[in-house]
Amino acid sequence: MPGLHLTLGMTLLWLGLLVLLPMAAVIARSLGLGPRHFAEVAFSARALAAYRLSFGAALLAAAINAVFGFGIAWVLTRYQFPGKRLASALVDLPFALPTAVAGIALTAIYANTGIIGRPLAAIGIHIAYKPAGVVLALIFIGLPFVVRTVEPVLADLPKDIEEAAATLGASRLAIFARVLLPEVAPALLTGFALAFARGVGEYGSVIFIAGNMPFVSEIAPLLIVTQLEQFDYEGATAIAAVMLAISFAMLAVINFIQARERHWRDGGR
Amino acid sequence: MRRFVLAGLAASLMLGPIALDAAKAAPAPAELLNVSYDPTRELYRSIDDAFAAQWKAKTGQQVTIRQSHGGSGAQARSVIEGAPADVVTLALGYDIDSIADKAKLLPTNWQKRLPHNSTPYFSTIVFLVRKGNPKGIHDWGDLIKPGVQVITPNPKTSGGARWNYLAAWGYAKKTYGTDDKVRDYMVKLFRNVPVLDSGARGATTTFVQRGQGDVLLAWENEAFLAVNELGKGKFDIVVPSVSIKAEPPVALVDANVDRKGTRKVAEAYLQYLYTRPAQEIIAKNYYRPIDPVVAAKTAARFPRLQLFTIDRNFGGWARAQAAHFADGGSFDQVFAAAKR
Repeated sequence: MPGLHLTLGMTLLWLGLLVLLPMAAVIARSLGLGPRHFAEVAFSARALAAYRLSFGAALLAAAINAVFGFGIAWVLTRYQFPGKRLASALVDLPFALPTAVAGIALTAIYANTGIIGRPLAAIGIHIAYKPAGVVLALIFIGLPFVVRTVEPVLADLPKDIEEAAATLGASRLAIFARVLLPEVAPALLTGFALAFARGVGEYGSVIFIAGNMPFVSEIAPLLIVTQLEQFDYEGATAIAAVMLAISFAMLAVINFIQARERHWRDGGR
Repeated sequence: MRRFVLAGLAASLMLGPIALDAAKAAPAPAELLNVSYDPTRELYRSIDDAFAAQWKAKTGQQVTIRQSHGGSGAQARSVIEGAPADVVTLALGYDIDSIADKAKLLPTNWQKRLPHNSTPYFSTIVFLVRKGNPKGIHDWGDLIKPGVQVITPNPKTSGGARWNYLAAWGYAKKTYGTDDKVRDYMVKLFRNVPVLDSGARGATTTFVQRGQGDVLLAWENEAFLAVNELGKGKFDIVVPSVSIKAEPPVALVDANVDRKGTRKVAEAYLQYLYTRPAQEIIAKNYYRPIDPVVAAKTAARFPRLQLFTIDRNFGGWARAQAAHFADGGSFDQVFAAAKR
């Protein structure tokens, strides 16, 4: 294989400098706390509430995106309609928009003075400045991850296998569940994982809409920033280290599921 | 030919000193960085222009002042981490103390170096309510009534919010006496807080633009700005019976000015804040001037009220910070109790 040594060296150097080194610095710095103080900061009631919100909201948002992102990818690959190009471009908007802009725009619309927030508030539903606002912001920024990972797989899927299934008498639901879904599942899972990972770390858009109340609507990244503003660098890195560990574990589980699934599809041996 | 050269030589010998003089008269332009807190954008925009004009007239030197604004704590941290600030003008002394303690960029006695505890103006904390004051909010006691929503930023990140918190604490202390009852009041107060923004400007936006809450605890200057510019005719200012004297100090960052060679102009910049023209700009931007003449002239715009101070009532910033805003301090306790 030509260029293996060169590209492998580049890969390792790049990952080492850009990913591994900063991560190691976080962990090293947090270890400076000593185990008791570390536990006090990283597992305080307030920190636990923040992890629950950050990971819970990111999971929920990624799950919602998996459903609706799949639908959008399906429409974009299977149908022709006027304005399709525009719709496709709109999907990418959350990628390109500065997250603060997204947060401010969502807050303006969903606060109970906004065009959607006002009618919702009239029937007693509040989104901005509540945990629901966090989920909303994470759905917004996570959407393109699902659509863009599922889309190419759907596009490559030959239409005849659906037609073949139909001629063999499969119902529409059966075609979806037993022909389409297994093909798309790995990509869908990847999109889900990407949207989830993005959501866990998201800061810019969330702080505008969350309300930021400790124990209620305070995300873990905000807690890190708050620690920093009190010049407590070790405390900040302790929370960061816990988030790092949880994220890593969850991504490992997702990778494991994907590997199992591939193994099973390739003949199950 | 040779004659021309000689003439040229003679001319340059004669003109040389003049050229040197001209160079002395127009020294290389200087640039200052003023790292400031959140709501002073408009204030320093005016001050910087006035100072640059005055400095140019006096010394012939062109000076450009760059500004940086943000939550006071975050701004202090950026200076600690190496932002090349020539001067810092922050929301409270504790943040400048941190720069002196942690990064040793200026001596710890910095606050003694300029008049009035290095505080060229002061302000206080007042209430901003919706037009006509529909919830009838007149004093601190009204803030804990059921159904009143209070907007104030997070005191862990916002200097202004720390003044808000201590102002409320001071009122409760004066009214209820014992620390237990003060804590009760604070818990009830924070039960009425629906949103915690990270800075004073963010809280103003939440109240003014997003329509959240019935009352905003705000810097007096920020409240005036909201009433006169952001939402003319939509808000009223309510001045409580007592409040805190909020003193945002200024300081030279010695290590940075000596490295950059800007000490002279930076010192002049800070001293300029105490001059009459600067004090007038300060009053125009709704900050309370310390110059007695300007203060007398603008007294009508600043209502008189009883003000307690951080030094007399809270034992200085170091003690107030440790007792109230450090991890496990009174704010954390109040908040943990308020959510139940």
